[in-house]
Amino acid sequence: MPSLKDLRVRINSVKSTRKITSAMKMVAAAKLRRAQEQAEAARPFAERMERMLASLAGALSSPTDAPAMLAGTGSDRVQLLIVATADRGLCGAFNSSIVREARRQIRALLADGKTVKILCVGRKGRDLLRREFGSMIVDTITDFARPRLSYDTAARIAERVSAMFFAGEFDVAKIVYNRFRSAITQIVTVQQLIPFSPPAAAAGGQAAGGQATGGQASGGPQALYEYEPDEEQILDGLLPRNLAVQIYRALLENNASEHGARMTAMDNATRNASDMIGKLTLVYNRSRQAAITKELIEIISGAEAL
Amino acid sequence: MAETIDFELVSPERLLFAKPVEMVVVPGTEGDLGILPRHAPLIATVRPGVIAIFAGGKVTERIFVAGGFAEVTGERCTVLAERAMPLADIDRAAVERQLKEDREAADTAAVEVGEAMLAALDNPSYH
Repeated sequence: MPSLKDLRVRINSVKSTRKITSAMKMVAAAKLRRAQEQAEAARPFAERMERMLASLAGALSSPTDAPAMLAGTGSDRVQLLIVATADRGLCGAFNSSIVREARRQIRALLADGKTVKILCVGRKGRDLLRREFGSMIVDTITDFARPRLSYDTAARIAERVSAMFFAGEFDVAKIVYNRFRSAITQIVTVQQLIPFSPPAAAAGGQAAGGQATGGQASGGPQALYEYEPDEEQILDGLLPRNLAVQIYRALLENNASEHGARMTAMDNATRNASDMIGKLTLVYNRSRQAAITKELIEIISGAEAL
Repeated sequence: MAETIDFELVSPERLLFAKPVEMVVVPGTEGDLGILPRHAPLIATVRPGVIAIFAGGKVTERIFVAGGFAEVTGERCTVLAERAMPLADIDRAAVERQLKEDREAADTAAVEVGEAMLAALDNPSYH
């Protein structure tokens, strides 16, 4: 049975923990709102770029002319996995669910006899993957989301990735990140970046939507575009940018997911702390009462003995 | 009111400009493109330069873009630019300083953008 003093100390320490977790929850909520706004603002660019890419890819004179970034190198021997996680922990299962999926992918690829390279974006991913797959990690990018996640950061990562691609260091690139659904649900997503294949269902819907709006006045399919300069040159310029945009989008989604996950985790932690304080207070009051009763009995039986 | 075309300027971080305009001149890689309503569908690359928005035969707004892509359909013109800012907001001294640094670093792409910026400040085309 812990003494009254021990209980008081415990209650106070849980109370200060609760203060911290509830503050973190509020900070995460504010950051989540900002991250969501940022993701929302980035959407038009990505959508329009996808629309342009879809019409360009459709208009290519022959598929063999397609740049390697669109058509692939014709091999899938060396795979690059970009693992996007957070720099910081205390956000529930956010990091571990990404890493779990990454591990699954890596094991499956290795079982197929492929060579795997890992590019970690975010400190946590590296920390969790280092023990098992340390030799495969080519690089880690950290501190990318401070003070805020900017397009330049994504562009730098994309530059690095395309430099590696053109140097023939890998054939296929995929990114693992958490897609933001709500503050409570995040979906671990694996997206292929190189060779670029628009997420089939979404791209189909968007292309159809674009045609519907574009088709009202021009009345024709997208293949009617003129190109200046020619398709190949535009694609050459567009594809590396598209890579940057895809990475940017993944990082934004991830950022929003991180704050959402942290908010939920800290909300739970705050609630658990409150429960614990309640239980401890009950025990404390009970033992206080027991002590008083005991003292009373002692006094009374002392008086009776006289 | 003359016929208009919906002009959109989008950067990766947000939608910068979206309203109907009478005419817009986009600096294409192979020369300036004057986009009027009912322009033929076109996809073009954009060089670093100034986008001029016209109303009533006069330029009402000039926006500098550091290269990108333009997509035109009959009723809409979309420019995707990585960096864009109103010409009036450019700080000449800062550009010159940056340009000097870029020249020293031999960053050809950045030098090109800086030079285009200065050129645009020196003699704005289309009055």
